[in-house]
Amino acid sequence: MKSKHLLGLFGIEREEIELILNTAHNFKEVLERPIKKVPTLQGKTIVNLFFESSTRTRISFELAERRLSADVVNFSVSGSSVAKGETLKDTARNIEAMKIDLVVIRHSSPGAAHFLSRVLNAGIVNAGDGTHEHPTQALLDMFTINEKFGRIDGLKVCIVGDILHSRVALSNIFGLKTMGASVSVCGPKTLIPRDIEKLGVKVYYNVNEAIRNSDILNVLRIQLERQDKVFFPSIREYHLYYGITRERIQKYNRDIVIMHPGPINRDVEISADVADCEQSLILQQVLNGVAVRMAILYLLGTKN
Amino acid sequence: MKLLFKNAHLINPAQKLNKVADILIIDGIIKKIEHDIMSEPDVKEYDLAGKIVAPGFVDMHVHLREPGYEHKETIETGLHSAAEGGFTAVCCMPNTNPPIDDASVVKSILQKAKDVLGGIIDVYPVAAATKGREGKELSPMLELSEAGAMAFSDDGSTIYNTEILRRALEYSSMLNRIIIQHPEDLELSRNGVINEGFISTILGLPGIPSIAEETIIERDIRILEYVDGFYHAAHISTRNSVEIIRNAKRKGLNVTCEVTPHHFTLSEEAVKGFDTNAKMKPPLRTQSDIEALIEGLSDGTIDVIATDHAPHSFDEKEVEFLAAPFGIVGLETAIGLALTYLVHKKHLTIEQLIEKFSINPRKILSLPEIKIEVGEKANLTIIDMNKKWTVDIQKFKSKSKNSPFHNFELVGKSIGIVNNGNVYFNE
Repeated sequence: MKSKHLLGLFGIEREEIELILNTAHNFKEVLERPIKKVPTLQGKTIVNLFFESSTRTRISFELAERRLSADVVNFSVSGSSVAKGETLKDTARNIEAMKIDLVVIRHSSPGAAHFLSRVLNAGIVNAGDGTHEHPTQALLDMFTINEKFGRIDGLKVCIVGDILHSRVALSNIFGLKTMGASVSVCGPKTLIPRDIEKLGVKVYYNVNEAIRNSDILNVLRIQLERQDKVFFPSIREYHLYYGITRERIQKYNRDIVIMHPGPINRDVEISADVADCEQSLILQQVLNGVAVRMAILYLLGTKN
Repeated sequence: MKLLFKNAHLINPAQKLNKVADILIIDGIIKKIEHDIMSEPDVKEYDLAGKIVAPGFVDMHVHLREPGYEHKETIETGLHSAAEGGFTAVCCMPNTNPPIDDASVVKSILQKAKDVLGGIIDVYPVAAATKGREGKELSPMLELSEAGAMAFSDDGSTIYNTEILRRALEYSSMLNRIIIQHPEDLELSRNGVINEGFISTILGLPGIPSIAEETIIERDIRILEYVDGFYHAAHISTRNSVEIIRNAKRKGLNVTCEVTPHHFTLSEEAVKGFDTNAKMKPPLRTQSDIEALIEGLSDGTIDVIATDHAPHSFDEKEVEFLAAPFGIVGLETAIGLALTYLVHKKHLTIEQLIEKFSINPRKILSLPEIKIEVGEKANLTIIDMNKKWTVDIQKFKSKSKNSPFHNFELVGKSIGIVNNGNVYFNE
């Protein structure tokens, strides 16, 4: 890895993504063994700084860290000094003063990981910065695609849902484009960010058309908590016109592969029978998440 | 105090003055403008060969932060910054704490300003247009004006309620005073922090669309046309804002506007890397907007260059992007940026630049005209057009250093000012 940080996939070269995916492949083998632990990061300390609630990403990181034999410190907002008005910089620098090697940060502000990389000496891993990037999710998505198809190059991937507020979408677009996939997004116009076509992304407003023209659908969570009725009229209308249902798939593309970064709102953005169908890679994504995060932490944690 | 400037290039487009001469100033009054004035023992003499002496520059959009936010700036540090930047007058905005919505606050600011650098800078407070800047009830404009307020604005907040705006325009027009509007539709700008477009999309930052500014200006101009007051749009930033104002001026309406140096020099690209010193309202826009703003300056649609000098302490800006306050300091880089990006690039003549910084703002504020002639008060800004320098925020006189222009190489700057019987030369 060129940088000691993983802040996002914007501007990351193909060779680096390939290195991460290949390394993850080796770690996935480790995860299949009866003893799933390697001594690679023994003596290294990693802190998980989570300023936003997260279950799967935090657990996935923690598992990856422990399986690499790193010492792990968890920090979450509730009961912390943040509640007492401490700034992000002070919080991070205080933790770093305890000799931390890597910081995994989840924060609601876009650029929070970039900010930390400027004020700390430790390596920074972005575990989601607001509506900006979620690079480890995109890497595990790409790993899963590669595992299924044996390639990424030339595949047609459509990301469906609330693109405007999605860090998963942006990281996937950056990564998949670099790896040679053809990427599209689909959702109501109000949830498609302005000028996104300038990234070389096709935009669909009609989900049936998107299904018909794609190999893979990456279905994003519709954030129920964000519903202030400005972006679309109702969950009901969203499900009727953008929900990924068995009928749609059977009618427009029976072979399409389904992915979802979780957590799922069953029968909102995706119907239960699709989430659990045999073309769904959702649980593989979760397993691969640990392997991919092990790869990233290994590559960054063993840089002098 | 007796000052003799030798070989100065005197330029004042309002008088059609453009000649090289010596100028003798005694106790703040211009006594002689001639060739080869002889020096005397008690005269301080400066050779200004190759330097321009212009009517004193005004920055009509400055946040001095006092009272209330003295950790960002004080009247003292702000006026030192203005002097260093080449301004003999500033208008200070009312979003202080308490706000400038009471005559006592106006008087207290004027009192303090008198003690800074011998009172070399004229401070013209802009009082709140509404009580508490809340947009609900008119401020006591007659009383505020009598105390020394030179214009009215709820700057930082838009005067949102259309009836209040109408009445504010009507009421202030009795005084020949302008209403300065901060044009921002809050529903459209929402929680936005940078320009909405490609850059906001790839940075995942909530955007402020250009229409947030344009719809308010468009609406306000309809009201202005009906009531016939004096309307000044603060810090316009978009192509369509320029177009809307150009059309309103063609109709003969009393509309004026200003642009900041950062809006005609930097685009939204400056935010890449999440630099909080590129976070301001209105946000930095696109290259196309920059071109339109420069056209607007050149054809006279944009009357004034003003800085929107908005100091924030280091710690306030040293945070994650969403948490950072909006605004940058501007007093000490404004003239350098304008000379480098407008005059040296031949978008404006030096005469036009003097209009934007001195003649037009004084007209808009109904301030007396400055004349560079014998018997007149000396109110002057001295400029070295060709001085090459590098912006160093650590050298700013302002208490705050929040500028995206650190390490910019500029050509031209102010080197001194004269006003109210005092002289200030940069080191």
